[in-house]
Amino acid sequence: MLIKRKSAAAARGRLQAVAAGFGGASLVDRRAFLKRAGFTAGALAAVGTIQVGTVRRAEAGPTDFQQPIERKKNICTHCSVGCTVIAEVQNGVWVGQEPAWDSPINRGSHCAKGAAIRELVHGDRRLKYPMKLVDGAWQRISWDDAINEIGDKLLEIREASGPDAVYWLGSAKYSNEGAYLLRKFAAFWGTNSVDHQARICHSTTVAGVANTWGYGAMTNSYNDIRNAKTIVFMGSNAAEAHPVSLQHILTGKETNRANVFVFDPRFTRTAAHSTEYVRIRSGTDIAVIWGMLWHIFENGWEDKEFIAQRVYGMDEVRAEVKKWDPATVEDVTGVPGEQLRRVAETFAKERPSTFIWCMGGTQHTVGTANVRAYCTLLLATGNVGGFGNGANIFRGHCNVQGATDLGLDVTSLPLYYGLTEGAWKHWCRVWDVDYEWMVSRFEDKKMMEAPGIPSTRWFDAVLLPKDQVEQRDNLRAMMVFGHGGNTIPRMPEMVKGLEKLDLLVVGDPHPTTFAAISQRKNGTYLLPICTQLETSGSRTASNRSIQWGEQIVKPIFESKDDYEVLYRLAKKLGFADLMFKNIKVENDRPVPEDILREINRGGWSTGYCGQSPERLKAHMANQDKFDIVTLRAPKDVPEVGGDYYGLPWPCWGTPEYRHPGTHTLYNTNLHVKDGGGTFRARFGVERNGVTLLSEGSYSLGSEIQDGYPEFTYGILKKLGWDADLTEAERATIERIGGNNPDAVSWATDLSGGIQRVALEHGCIPYGNGKARVVAWNLPDPIPVHREPIYSPRADLVAKYPTREDFRSFRVPNIGFTVQKAAVDKGIARDFPIILTSGRLVEYEGGGEETRSNRWLAELQQDMFVEINPADAAERGITDGSWVWVTGPENNSRARVKALVTERVGKGVAFMPFHFSGWFMGEDQRKNYPPGTDPIVLGESVNTITTYGYDPVTGMHEGKVTLCQIRAA
Amino acid sequence: MARLKFLCDADRCIECNACVTACKNENEVPWGINRRRVVTINDGKPGERSISMACMHCTDAPCKAVCPVDCFYNTPDGIVLHSKDLCIGCGYCFYACPFGAPQYPRVGNFGSRGKMDKCTYCAGGPEPDLSAAEYEKYGANRIAEGKLPLCAEMCSTKSLLAGDGEIIAAIYKERVLKRGYGSGAWGWKTAYKETIDV
Ligand code: SF4
Ligand code: SF4
Ligand code: SF4
Repeated sequence: MLIKRKSAAAARGRLQAVAAGFGGASLVDRRAFLKRAGFTAGALAAVGTIQVGTVRRAEAGPTDFQQPIERKKNICTHCSVGCTVIAEVQNGVWVGQEPAWDSPINRGSHCAKGAAIRELVHGDRRLKYPMKLVDGAWQRISWDDAINEIGDKLLEIREASGPDAVYWLGSAKYSNEGAYLLRKFAAFWGTNSVDHQARICHSTTVAGVANTWGYGAMTNSYNDIRNAKTIVFMGSNAAEAHPVSLQHILTGKETNRANVFVFDPRFTRTAAHSTEYVRIRSGTDIAVIWGMLWHIFENGWEDKEFIAQRVYGMDEVRAEVKKWDPATVEDVTGVPGEQLRRVAETFAKERPSTFIWCMGGTQHTVGTANVRAYCTLLLATGNVGGFGNGANIFRGHCNVQGATDLGLDVTSLPLYYGLTEGAWKHWCRVWDVDYEWMVSRFEDKKMMEAPGIPSTRWFDAVLLPKDQVEQRDNLRAMMVFGHGGNTIPRMPEMVKGLEKLDLLVVGDPHPTTFAAISQRKNGTYLLPICTQLETSGSRTASNRSIQWGEQIVKPIFESKDDYEVLYRLAKKLGFADLMFKNIKVENDRPVPEDILREINRGGWSTGYCGQSPERLKAHMANQDKFDIVTLRAPKDVPEVGGDYYGLPWPCWGTPEYRHPGTHTLYNTNLHVKDGGGTFRARFGVERNGVTLLSEGSYSLGSEIQDGYPEFTYGILKKLGWDADLTEAERATIERIGGNNPDAVSWATDLSGGIQRVALEHGCIPYGNGKARVVAWNLPDPIPVHREPIYSPRADLVAKYPTREDFRSFRVPNIGFTVQKAAVDKGIARDFPIILTSGRLVEYEGGGEETRSNRWLAELQQDMFVEINPADAAERGITDGSWVWVTGPENNSRARVKALVTERVGKGVAFMPFHFSGWFMGEDQRKNYPPGTDPIVLGESVNTITTYGYDPVTGMHEGKVTLCQIRAA
Repeated sequence: MARLKFLCDADRCIECNACVTACKNENEVPWGINRRRVVTINDGKPGERSISMACMHCTDAPCKAVCPVDCFYNTPDGIVLHSKDLCIGCGYCFYACPFGAPQYPRVGNFGSRGKMDKCTYCAGGPEPDLSAAEYEKYGANRIAEGKLPLCAEMCSTKSLLAGDGEIIAAIYKERVLKRGYGSGAWGWKTAYKETIDV
């Protein structure tokens, strides 16, 4: 039996034998060159402190079976799928993790990240205590000193430059309560420059979708995809980004024999499980969709009845689509006409069809327009508002949906109320503070109603000449909570911005790229914040289900939770008493249950009013009662009977009203009290003499069997339904309305009476409108294909240029100038390869947390670039060798390993976006406070990515730029 | 008596590596040792498939046959375990194993590699069940707790199945019938001298 061979050869031999079982396939994979042969001890030398050999670590286990074991339930802090995590705790130590079989979302499963999550709270690499930079050296300080020094500096900046000189960057990893608190905090501080990761992942989705049919969220759920017959992924690699969603999708694919189409410039892991893969050129989504619609309209495959009843403006779309005949589409997108015809026909005919997109669609200069094109395709084929269909937007971080809902956004107060005077007055009523006092916190009323600076542009607001930034002064301080520093393009410029700031504060479990990348010497503070596993609160999964996580262990080291840190800061800044007037605070920690109750009291517009902490906790305790497909509990079950899991918003009325939540949005097959609905009447009632209300379509059991506008007290009166209001409800409405009570609406009525009465009559509070495919208030009301800023096709730039330069969000957007200069300089000659970016399953976001997790870091030890074999051969690049990737701006360059693969087409390169700690060839490990450097470091793709911003949201262009690659 | 086996449904495996990190988590397996690995074939090309691999706990295990100090033993459920006290780190089992399961803490010549480590089917080792000594050397003993291997329990797509051979074969068969395709029960012929006919 013994074969004497070198270990590597032996290992390879065996793997090849494995492959033989699958038809003698080759065995190059992206980890094969990543030090993963079973015989070696990996890159141990590089990570120093990791011990080999001992299985057990004293502080982390094992379970002692003589001692009692406590079980705690929380939610995975990585992606938006929202897998339940079950922790076994002994003596305050998290000793084991068990599968959460009862969760209807994950049924015990995890991906690499969720299955490794226990490591986050053992944390050798966590930031352990507050630190500050003193003449370039990290020093430990106390929490009290940190808060005092930061507070003093903030007040000084505020005095000299106004409240808008401070930026509050929040997090999609906050709980709902934390996100809400930071938004409220920014309001009390007096600025709208408060943002979070949604800006860079799905801001364009939210804008595009909300502007089409009402709300900016996934219409159905991961579970509901089990009902689909046709599933399209566009710019979504769910197998890596949302792995557990594949459990539902593959089951649907298998049981329904569903068609699965994957549109992507890259043959992804998801594509490997598709029934058909469609390779497109990055940044041509609109042309692809119009190309599909061309076939659909040409052949009459559209759903005419659905369009007539529920869609406004489709004829105007037809005119645009006519231009996109198969030959034009193929020239622009690279997709052959026959293939597109086949996919279009299947999508239109083999229904229900669902359309899934992610950052491949959203991170573009045309992001919002892309999203509206996808929606148009769904509407034209009648694929929204039912089971198994819909816009299934897979969101990114674990609470990016919730943090978006709760207003970590430069354009809105919590729950999409906007920034108008009416919105401020609503929240001032909820907060129980005087509106005039609130105005006094801001520079003036105009700035109070002006959108802030998006997170993609903060460093422009630091670096641009003062007169180009529409506020009193440049940005001077960044307060960053739970946000990576390598997530936004143009990093060389960002570094300059960092260096110019007077104050940089990073509150995070890890120091993050922000702390290590610049040459700052002073004025920099690190605050250790615990993970959501070490505190309690609710988070909203992608499907709008809200899940309550309980504290597994106490915050480790000296870390504190977000609530306490915000409270202490508010106290220092002098507004804690007002801000926490109606929220209980225990030992400087605001109680999250009480924060949620305040959200409930103000969250009418989005149906965040019915999800009390008690109801959410009952759901967590009764997870096993919910059906895996419908997400509903049987009506006769105690506590949660009839509810949908996690009370997905909108959950109308007060908690006592017991609305079950809404599993599928706009679904007319259900009664509104059973989670049914219609498209939202959000855009008025009429335009150019044409009705914007639905015609002959209404939700099951509606007493108004036609379209209707949103409900106000005035409308109730007209219908004679105001008589159904209780005295208390009427009194509240009249108090809010002052001399015009008729204008009080379903969204501003703090009693919930208007909602209740509408629902009792089978009507949805927000009205029954048509979805619109012409968004007349946006640039390009009908989406128009526009070439990326850095396009490989100068001829197409001439034909489909980007939008003219303009100003938005207080700063200029010079995309047109940049695009023109690129063409004039012939950039595409020197940088001939399209560069795109995306995720790896082991890491998440900027990656500092996951790259610090030894169980994950071991699986991906090198930053790499995927390059096609033809491009590699031309350049003499071999698999696994070092290369320089260079970009067209800032003389940017990155030293990474080459992964030569047909996964990317010729002329296309791909880089994952989770790496940092190397900058333009330089290893910055020494810049981290000792012991807090992530195990794996690497170059950031955003060192190379370039200029380009969506006109509606300021989303960056993260998916198309040009680059050159050469052997290093 | 049940015969415990593994089955990886390659048409479902998405190479998410949950099985790999679940194993690390459950058994505190140190850096550099991978009791379980996921291998992808045809990476980046049509036909790409992944399989999660670990010790298959073979019938008539070849590792057991070559071990010069006879440190391997079978549990009544057919799980293949070994004693680290007896192991001399010779590496023979690594060469014998058709799946590359045995791992060693160090790279080196004969005898200097340290004690062999491999997947235990989450069933610990010769020490008393659920004792600290057992955990320290072999990791968890979920079988003694009445649970199945964590890697399979946490598999994101329910691709990796663990349990009684007949039950998991039936689950797999039903799946293949329903969906109409299946690339076979990978590794079964080698490990268990049988295949699953559908
Ligand atoms: S990252 Fe997402 S899919 Fe993976 S375990 Fe966490 S929630 Fe589930
Ligand atoms: S059965 Fe247990 S020891 Fe074996 S690979 Fe799975 S988790 Fe690891
Ligand atoms: S957990 Fe399941 S799907 Fe993921 S790699 Fe392992 S076997 Fe494959």
